[in-house]
Amino acid sequence: MKRIISIIVGMSALLLAMDSAFAQAGQPFIHDPSTIVKCDGKYYTFGTGSGGLISEDGWTWHSGGVRPGGGAAPDAIKLGDRYLVGYNTFGGGLGGGHANAIMVMWNKTLDPNSPDFEYSEAFSVAESLPDEDCDAIDLGLMLDPSTGRLFCTYGTYFGYIRQVELDPVTGRRLPGNEAIDVARNCEASTMMYHDGWYYLLGTHGSCCDGLNSSYNIVVGRSRNPNGPFMDNVGRSMLQGGGKPVITAEPRLMGPGHFGRYIEEEGVEKMSFHWEADLDRSGRSVLGIRPLLWKDGWPVAGKAFVPGTYEIQSIRSGYALQIDVEFIRVQGGMRRRGEDNQPDVPIEGQQLADVIGTWPEGVIGVKNDFFLARPQQKWQVIPVPEAGGYLGGPYYKIIIEGTNKALAANADAELEAVPEFTGAPEQLWRIDQLTDGTFRIMPKEVPGHTEPLALVSLGDNSPTLAPFNFHSDNSKWDFIMISPLK
Amino acid sequence: MLCPPAQAQKKLKNTEVASALKGYFTLADNGFVSPDSEGFIRRWMLLDPISKPNSTNQVFTIKYTRDAILQEYFPGQFTMMPKDGDRVRVVMEYQPPVDVSTSYSTYNPDDAGKMIKANLYWHALDSDHFFVKLFRFAAGLDRDRYGAIFWSVTVINCDEDIEDVRLSVGANCGGMWWLNGEEVLLLAGDRHMGVDSFVSKHVTLKKGKNVLRGATINGIGMSEFCARFVDDNGQPVTNFTVSCN
Repeated sequence: MKRIISIIVGMSALLLAMDSAFAQAGQPFIHDPSTIVKCDGKYYTFGTGSGGLISEDGWTWHSGGVRPGGGAAPDAIKLGDRYLVGYNTFGGGLGGGHANAIMVMWNKTLDPNSPDFEYSEAFSVAESLPDEDCDAIDLGLMLDPSTGRLFCTYGTYFGYIRQVELDPVTGRRLPGNEAIDVARNCEASTMMYHDGWYYLLGTHGSCCDGLNSSYNIVVGRSRNPNGPFMDNVGRSMLQGGGKPVITAEPRLMGPGHFGRYIEEEGVEKMSFHWEADLDRSGRSVLGIRPLLWKDGWPVAGKAFVPGTYEIQSIRSGYALQIDVEFIRVQGGMRRRGEDNQPDVPIEGQQLADVIGTWPEGVIGVKNDFFLARPQQKWQVIPVPEAGGYLGGPYYKIIIEGTNKALAANADAELEAVPEFTGAPEQLWRIDQLTDGTFRIMPKEVPGHTEPLALVSLGDNSPTLAPFNFHSDNSKWDFIMISPLK
Repeated sequence: MLCPPAQAQKKLKNTEVASALKGYFTLADNGFVSPDSEGFIRRWMLLDPISKPNSTNQVFTIKYTRDAILQEYFPGQFTMMPKDGDRVRVVMEYQPPVDVSTSYSTYNPDDAGKMIKANLYWHALDSDHFFVKLFRFAAGLDRDRYGAIFWSVTVINCDEDIEDVRLSVGANCGGMWWLNGEEVLLLAGDRHMGVDSFVSKHVTLKKGKNVLRGATINGIGMSEFCARFVDDNGQPVTNFTVSCN
């Protein structure tokens, strides 16, 4: 196994006519991305080479980030009111030595247009010799929220992943701190803390070979920040173990370089790169997925697939629907003596059977028993021109076969408007939560500035209210009826 | 810091070998040792690496791996039980010295396909770790550390037949493994070394001596393997001893 760092030179200005529904929009071309950091309302990630990506909304990305020092595989973290940005000086051993250094530097802002934008002089916090079992590249930074300690891990397939501790005030190595071996034979390590556990992320597989790159992200965990980090079958990461977090997908190859972004309790994202996006000429692109926690382990959520769904309240199991008259469907029950008749498929209720009974104007919205009725079948479709949020585009949510759109009104209530117009109150943000359920939020609620989410205050009564991760009222599931044709 | 090519090497004294491999291997004696507590086999006969330059680690397809390893480099390659210090004469591809003070290979395309004759030696060694660090074995002995095939042989001694066990190997990178002359594992593709990456079908460790033979191939990067026998629950098998003869 070897590592090859491909220097991304001059992010292409190639514009795609249609953005992939599964990756980020814009020009998200990057390799070895740093953990996404938010600064003054914008999102930043840096990559191998010298540049980085910026996004106004977390969905559409473009080049423009500035990181001096060159080298490869940076990481970034906000500490207090400053940003600590690190990188390694060279790109891994290519047939020779492995002398490298992990460099870090401070900046008050990541916005290159800010008058405060000025990197401090970079300084080394870890090194590897030309011929030792470690290659000091691919750093990952973690501030332990339980202790305030700052850890840095680094290393590649060439030997061990090592951990050092830094001073969170100066960024420098703590005096007398000795590097600890915490894993072996992986790349792009970083740590995170969750619910009393320390997690060590790494990337297995090969990189930098386009569609042939087998990168995949794995994790081990420990109660101690220094390890040992064990996987789901009891292997230490020092034995090459690792539980999968995300692997390749049919059109996206080689996820690597994990980074965690916590938006708020219950809403977490993971950033990484896809080694090759088959819908973008096989280029390496930024990936962002929901970060879920299952049985104490992090796993990547799936990209939301446009389609027709039942939107089910976690509170009640009832389905979101427009509030129209219930129309019975005939058939189904058999009378005595009819048991010998053959079974035949029957159609459920169709839109044409009932739409004539629906009001023309604005219709209310409620929850009710799911019976696969037309008023319960929501098409969820991305609206590319509407922008997005971290990791996703805004969606319109319309009744299948119509243009009746779910909307928020000035009373902070839900309604279905007759026609989707693209107004912000008709655009919806969908976040998969850390427990796998979903939060649904309008882009805007007329006359309201407080963020509101779709909430079931009663079993049958959805409304808009502040999101509460600890309440099933705030949570929904999307149960696919059919993918978008 | 230039590391000379293989053909420049002469046979080292055992004290020199022990010094060169310190921290990774110690000299094995003629006796028997148990596998470690997790079942890993640490006593091996290791042959100085056979140069096999590989331009990339992406070449390790099934066919490439098999063809590269099954090529006969020396007599008795698949059957011999070597002794410590035995010499093997091979014809192998030339590789230039490696400059470990830089991150760049000194590979010269004009050298492609250039063949050399070299003396390689078998070494009876105990690994200091659960894994066998082939890269450090080669580097320590100033042999070809990148782009090489590493032959390893050991003897598993059993007091009785041990049925329905499986050979478990993790390796960086590809390789082939035989038990008592029968091929039991093929590792293809570019990969990291993980414990229990590849597990064979059921095999029987017969009463008496069993010869376990492996060949590991790699390009640029770290070369190493770990091997043990496991049962159907993935638990290590430890009721045997290991020797170099």
